[in-house]
Amino acid sequence: MTGVELLIWVRGPGLQLSLAAFILGMTYRILQTYFLGRAKNLAEPRGSPWIHGMKTMWWRSFFHPGMTIRGYFTIISGYTFHLGFIITLLFFDQHIELFKSWTGLSWPALPPLVITVTAVLGIAALVAVLVDRFADPVRYLLSDYQDYLCWVLTVLPLVTGLLLVYKIWLPYTSLLVVHIISFEILLVAIPFTKLSHVFTIFIARWYNGAIAGYKGVQS
Amino acid sequence: MAKPKTLAEHLEHHEVSRRGFLKFCALTTSMMALPPSMIPTVARALETARRPSVIWLSFQECTGCTESLTRSHSPTIENLIFNYLSLDYHHTLQAASGEAAEQAREAAMAENHGQYLVAVDGSIPVKDGGVYSTIAGISNLEMLKQTVEGAAAVVAIGSCAAFGGLPHAHPNPTGAVPVQDLVHDKPVVNVSGCPPIPVVISGVLAHYLTFGRIPDLDGYGRPLSFFGTSIHDRCYRRPYYNKGLFAETFDDEGAKNGWCLFKLGCKGPTTYNACATAKWNQGTSFPIQSGHGCIGCSEPHFWDAGGFYQPLSAGIAGVGTLAGVAVVAGAAAGTAAGLMHHAKRKQAQRQHEKVTVADLKESGS
Ligand code: SF4
Ligand code: SF4
Repeated sequence: MTGVELLIWVRGPGLQLSLAAFILGMTYRILQTYFLGRAKNLAEPRGSPWIHGMKTMWWRSFFHPGMTIRGYFTIISGYTFHLGFIITLLFFDQHIELFKSWTGLSWPALPPLVITVTAVLGIAALVAVLVDRFADPVRYLLSDYQDYLCWVLTVLPLVTGLLLVYKIWLPYTSLLVVHIISFEILLVAIPFTKLSHVFTIFIARWYNGAIAGYKGVQS
Repeated sequence: MAKPKTLAEHLEHHEVSRRGFLKFCALTTSMMALPPSMIPTVARALETARRPSVIWLSFQECTGCTESLTRSHSPTIENLIFNYLSLDYHHTLQAASGEAAEQAREAAMAENHGQYLVAVDGSIPVKDGGVYSTIAGISNLEMLKQTVEGAAAVVAIGSCAAFGGLPHAHPNPTGAVPVQDLVHDKPVVNVSGCPPIPVVISGVLAHYLTFGRIPDLDGYGRPLSFFGTSIHDRCYRRPYYNKGLFAETFDDEGAKNGWCLFKLGCKGPTTYNACATAKWNQGTSFPIQSGHGCIGCSEPHFWDAGGFYQPLSAGIAGVGTLAGVAVVAGAAAGTAAGLMHHAKRKQAQRQHEKVTVADLKESGS
């Protein structure tokens, strides 16, 4: 396959298949989790689990002082990476064109220079957490291959995207192929690895909030 | 006066001044991406070179490539080069037809065996024995084989000859293939484009006349001096791309301000050609300058690479149906997993044996 043929494949069937695998996998994981079910709570509810669940889902995304109990590093690197990644993904104009081709929806983009900064910050934060993972003996012992795999799968689209925008190292066509493939691999991997937290974290947060809500306490 | 044998004689015959000739050499040299110090070499080579015989084969094509070359206004380099060649066979341009034309081809082949150039425009249909395109009862496939046999080199002119082009596009009903799929024992130069830029065609021929060999080629067999950089790399709208300023429609403010055409489907970033530098119509303009994105016509499979107005970063195949199927399949699998889990739990509950006070007493005693 030549570079051009590869590009046609990744923009066509490759994108179709990876998106289908992502949707299938996520629907499976969410329903599977849902059907695990919980034993019926026989206690009298003291508040609304639903409303409290939704609130917690939202508010837990933001910083609150209690989070710094184990120091600032995880908080700062965590926020930097997640914001950097999400902004780069959702507010780069070429990405918006992709979402538009899927959903028909579009929204204003951020200037490419801002996106460069968010992508670089995202990569820097990922490098920092990796170094920390090696440096911290407990974290190091707790890490398994999946943690490293997820790290690689996440950093690749950011790095290849930057190389592509600034045309570093390879010709544009090859870099575009590599960048799209890295995104497609990430899409396929999300539902079946720890990266599934992109969705499940909201289920977990809702659940925590709902339990608290049921008991009528703050989550 | 006898038929001119060299370019110098030919120019004299047409009363072209020495100054005009040197200007032509300077332009040719710069087109071939050679340093100005090479101008005398090019001039000397062209002055003394003999008119090479060229056999031009037109197969499955739309004549756009020949039009591109012949419609350029004179006096141009393209024209000079074109006149300079001894075009011994070109069934669109020559007066003779039918058997007389074929005889001209055979005569040129016999006379210049091992030395003539073959120019091909159009792709070659190979399905069903190549019956889908014939000239004087000879299939294109057969004619190409016969003609290339005694050729010095082959120049595939246009995307159809270079990569298959439109006839090769899905579903390719005639089994169209490019020249390079059929010719393996002769040098093949691909001058792609739909149509190719006239100065690129003549530049390749000038290179051959000057150096007696084909120019350096890229991975797709195209001369590097013309196809070495992408349209995007040489595009004057690039600063707008870098700033994220795009035209969203063909008549919005962005379009009027001359902003980047990426969102309107410009394929400049993945297209290698000389349009942005050589330009069209005697250097007047090129598509992007006229407000339309590049459609990527000099790249292989450009007809099958998604819509011309689809941005390069967007997918080229619909995802709606597949996404729907994926949701249903995922839901079915998730529910099945849930049911299995439920059954397992129920079974565990059934098998669960309760420990009574009596049991405890018994084990304690
Ligand atoms: S490359 Fe384009 S212009 Fe040339 S023959 Fe094919 S379709 Fe016609
Ligand atoms: S108009 Fe096309 S080639 Fe020019 S900068 Fe924009 S994307 Fe690149």
